[in-house]
Amino acid sequence: MDGSLTTPPTTTLDPPVLEVEDLRTVFLTDAGVVRAVDGVSFRVGAGETLGIVGESGSGKSVTALSLLRLLDEQARIVGGTIRFKGQDVLAMRPAELRAWRGDQAAMVFQDPMTGLNPVLRILRQVTEHIVSHGRMPPAEARQRGVGLLRRMGVAAPERAAASYPHQFSGGMRQRVMLAIGVANDPALLIADEPTTALDVTIQAQILDLLRGLNEEFGTAIVLVSHDLGVIASVCRRVVVMYAGEAVEEAATAEVLADPRHPYAWALVNAVPRLDAPIGARLTSIEGMPPDPLHLPQGCRFEPRCPFKIARCATEHPPMLEVAPGRRARCWVTADGRSLPRPAVPATPAAPAARDAAPPLLEARDLVKHFVLPRRSLFAPAEKVHAVNGVDIALGRGESLGVVGESGCGKSTLARLLTRLHEPTAGSVLFEGRDITHASPAALRPLRPRLQMVFQDPYASLNPRMTVGEILVEPILAHGRAASRQAARERVGELLTTVGLKPGFASRYPHEFSGGQRQRVSIARALALDPAAVVADEPVSALDVNVQAQVLNLMQDLQQRLGLSYLFIAHDLAVVRAFCDRVAVMYLGRIVEEGPAAEIFAAPLHPYTVALTSAIPEPGRQRVVLGGEPPSTLRLPEGCAFRARCPVARAACAEPPPLREVAPGRRAACHFPGDFAPHPTPVRSASLADHQRR
Amino acid sequence: MARYIGKRLLLAALMAVLASCVIFLIANLVPGDPVLAQLGDVAASDPAIVARWRAKWGLDLPLWERYGIFLTGLLHGDLGISIATHRPVLDDIRQYAPATIELATIAFLLSLVIGIPLGIAAAVRRDGWIDSAARALSLLGVSAPTFWLAFMMLAIFYGGLGWAPGPGRIDPIAFPPEGPTGLFLIDSIWSGDWEGFQDSLAHLVLPSIVLAAATIGLITRTTRAAMLDSLQQDYVRVSRAKGLHEWAIILRHALPNALVPVVTLGGLAYANLLAGAVMTETVFAWPGLGRYTFTSAAALDFPAIVGITLVVSITFLLVNLAVDLSYALLDPRVRR
Ligand code: SF4
Ligand code: SF4
Repeated sequence: MDGSLTTPPTTTLDPPVLEVEDLRTVFLTDAGVVRAVDGVSFRVGAGETLGIVGESGSGKSVTALSLLRLLDEQARIVGGTIRFKGQDVLAMRPAELRAWRGDQAAMVFQDPMTGLNPVLRILRQVTEHIVSHGRMPPAEARQRGVGLLRRMGVAAPERAAASYPHQFSGGMRQRVMLAIGVANDPALLIADEPTTALDVTIQAQILDLLRGLNEEFGTAIVLVSHDLGVIASVCRRVVVMYAGEAVEEAATAEVLADPRHPYAWALVNAVPRLDAPIGARLTSIEGMPPDPLHLPQGCRFEPRCPFKIARCATEHPPMLEVAPGRRARCWVTADGRSLPRPAVPATPAAPAARDAAPPLLEARDLVKHFVLPRRSLFAPAEKVHAVNGVDIALGRGESLGVVGESGCGKSTLARLLTRLHEPTAGSVLFEGRDITHASPAALRPLRPRLQMVFQDPYASLNPRMTVGEILVEPILAHGRAASRQAARERVGELLTTVGLKPGFASRYPHEFSGGQRQRVSIARALALDPAAVVADEPVSALDVNVQAQVLNLMQDLQQRLGLSYLFIAHDLAVVRAFCDRVAVMYLGRIVEEGPAAEIFAAPLHPYTVALTSAIPEPGRQRVVLGGEPPSTLRLPEGCAFRARCPVARAACAEPPPLREVAPGRRAACHFPGDFAPHPTPVRSASLADHQRR
Repeated sequence: MARYIGKRLLLAALMAVLASCVIFLIANLVPGDPVLAQLGDVAASDPAIVARWRAKWGLDLPLWERYGIFLTGLLHGDLGISIATHRPVLDDIRQYAPATIELATIAFLLSLVIGIPLGIAAAVRRDGWIDSAARALSLLGVSAPTFWLAFMMLAIFYGGLGWAPGPGRIDPIAFPPEGPTGLFLIDSIWSGDWEGFQDSLAHLVLPSIVLAAATIGLITRTTRAAMLDSLQQDYVRVSRAKGLHEWAIILRHALPNALVPVVTLGGLAYANLLAGAVMTETVFAWPGLGRYTFTSAAALDFPAIVGITLVVSITFLLVNLAVDLSYALLDPRVRR
């Protein structure tokens, strides 16, 4: 190879597994050329792990696809080099590329639900490329396939091998995808958001597998994710991307502790962390990433950068070495200085005293079963046991978080409490009045005081109405304004309240970004001066920085308007940052409930222990929970968590009641606190912080 | 799987019974009197003749009684006597159906053999010359009037070039192949009549192309659209990442998924080919059901019309059943 002549003698003889130099990928669109990846360089050696992190549109997924040349037609790699063990990937002819892909370099994609072919048996999909690359004859490959499934933790691998994808859960499918990826022992595995579609305990299982591959087989891994926590739990090094560029590259721990690029700084501080003081404001930066068709001529982060200097607007910073082994693309940190920590968050106002006052919104032994349509005339009717006896109370001025994995019934609970669904049994009380079976007409006067915000703001806003019309409608319908003119003024105020310009009233929902749309739906909820807002995953579709903006906004509004929130989420760190009290749900029941700070510091129910420890965060001891939640069609007898509980005993055949186990704390477990591999090493400084208050 | 098939069969049987009832009612309730068509003006003006005639054919009985007779006959495999031909309707159908089945089946196979590969090629080489050619061909096939196409084909390939034989199922001076099915291709093989086979096949070429023209177009377009959709799925990208050969991706991964809508259309198309060959059969002097239907309808021959309709609807049901079963073969999610 001619490359060896120019290689400096200091490098080792073995070239790195992957070496990317100044990669440039563009999209050819009708509006012009979009520079999706614009000068990204990194290298990954054998046995190394590299993360690529950035928000949606930063070019991280396009980078991943470029590495294996799997781009769609309208995307082109227009510059740079990609070398795999010294071989020029961009120069490979189609046949060479085919022989290389799936054999030495493999990829795992984000969505396991669509990545498997629905009409082919699992085993076939796991083994076809073992055979096609000539690694093994079919019979041997089948044996290896079953072995791979077993290695990836697929339950009953022989039976699974003969099944079809639709018979599996998302977590199981992602295991199959991993088995496909590593079938030929590739030297390089690229994983693009491999756990984004999965629940947190399942995510922990998959990340564990990835780490295991790297440790056992020395597979070099490139992990692409929007979640710094995910990356930190697998990757030693990380590349932070912004607007198509790499802006920082360093050891993950260093970036987390001391980010040297302001965007990385914003990213690190926007993520709610389990070891941050309770009630601390998240750091968010305003604005949005630049339009990829009209990139700023200077630093691409300049319009949003809190640290910018005069030079930033005109000169584009290069990637510079800012410390040994660290590179960043910023004029301010170019001389090796660190960025200051975010301003000490203002201590949140003391939560209002709420012991004596009756609760605002209350559920008593709430049950909701959905009857499924019969599969045939003679089949027995099946029921989804969504919510199975929930007692919960939301006090005035309080924010109560409800967490759990998908299918645990938390969204159904939200819809029961706002009476979008009618309960099967039990009762719902709002402001002391029983609204369990209230008719729509009876609910109407109450509706303004009890509002709901949904996960997907786009789906809940009528696309054919302007934001102004959307907001005016409820105001007029409930007679909250004397005239149309007065209503319009109120809309202006509302938009200002949620941090939008009053002039935005004439725009349509599609003209807004995801975060702005969520602000609009919050404005709609606020239009009628509600007392309680039930928010169902309001930030889970948003990038971390936008998520921080929306959470901060909701917190401000609570203090200014005295709102109460019932906050449904799957992200525990978000709940911890936002809520005073937390209820953990499993299989339609509350298994633990209490003050957020205490629950996260010392969880009592084994499920809460596993849940909190599964959150990917650097430097945490983790409990990886086996198995998946049981079906909601037939509830297990005894403790619902029994099949997965590490400390289950004979007594657990009796269903445990939800009872007070410590002052202010309730848990549904016969042996609360027994399962305690204390997983959350709280940083001493922040703990002290917290206790001082 | 067995349960699935059983369920479908039961459903099909139920539908057939329902269909027979509806067909009988419609045929007997529509205005129009076979008397005029059968007896002629002079005889039809004599009430005595008309009454005798009606009594003979049972047309004087009340509707429910006629339906009873019809049903009893049906249970014994008897569709009644044709008013026009004075032969059992079932015999008539038995005589004409094979010609139509043979023609429609060949036309159907032709549409699949041409339409599916062409659709795949058009999707894989999207916006290439194959795609454009396929689009032009489909447009022509779908929009060209059948009778025009039939005459053009006959004029060019029979009259002009002499490449193809003329109308009819077989050379007029030859004997039709002997055999149990009435399908000349199969009968000729059965009786070892090689010349008969060649002759029948040659006679099938032009009419089946004419009959298939529109279906080829539809199948090509549907296959193309379904393939384009299927090629964009994530599992195709996963297959590329596996380093599979492009043809393996297209045929093994994309095609089985794309075939589901094609099968739906194919079933419909086959049933339509069977029922809708009137024009083609007329131009090509094809002694099939289409022509029989046409004459029976013109004569207001109720027993014949009911019989034909029943046969056609049972065919539809059978084709539907075949479609459902192919779904189950293609897509494991359907098998329950
Ligand atoms: S170069 Fe300037 S604008 Fe860009 S990130 Fe650094 S400080 Fe901010
Ligand atoms: S009751 Fe038993 S099985 Fe259930 S969580 Fe507690 S220890 Fe585990």
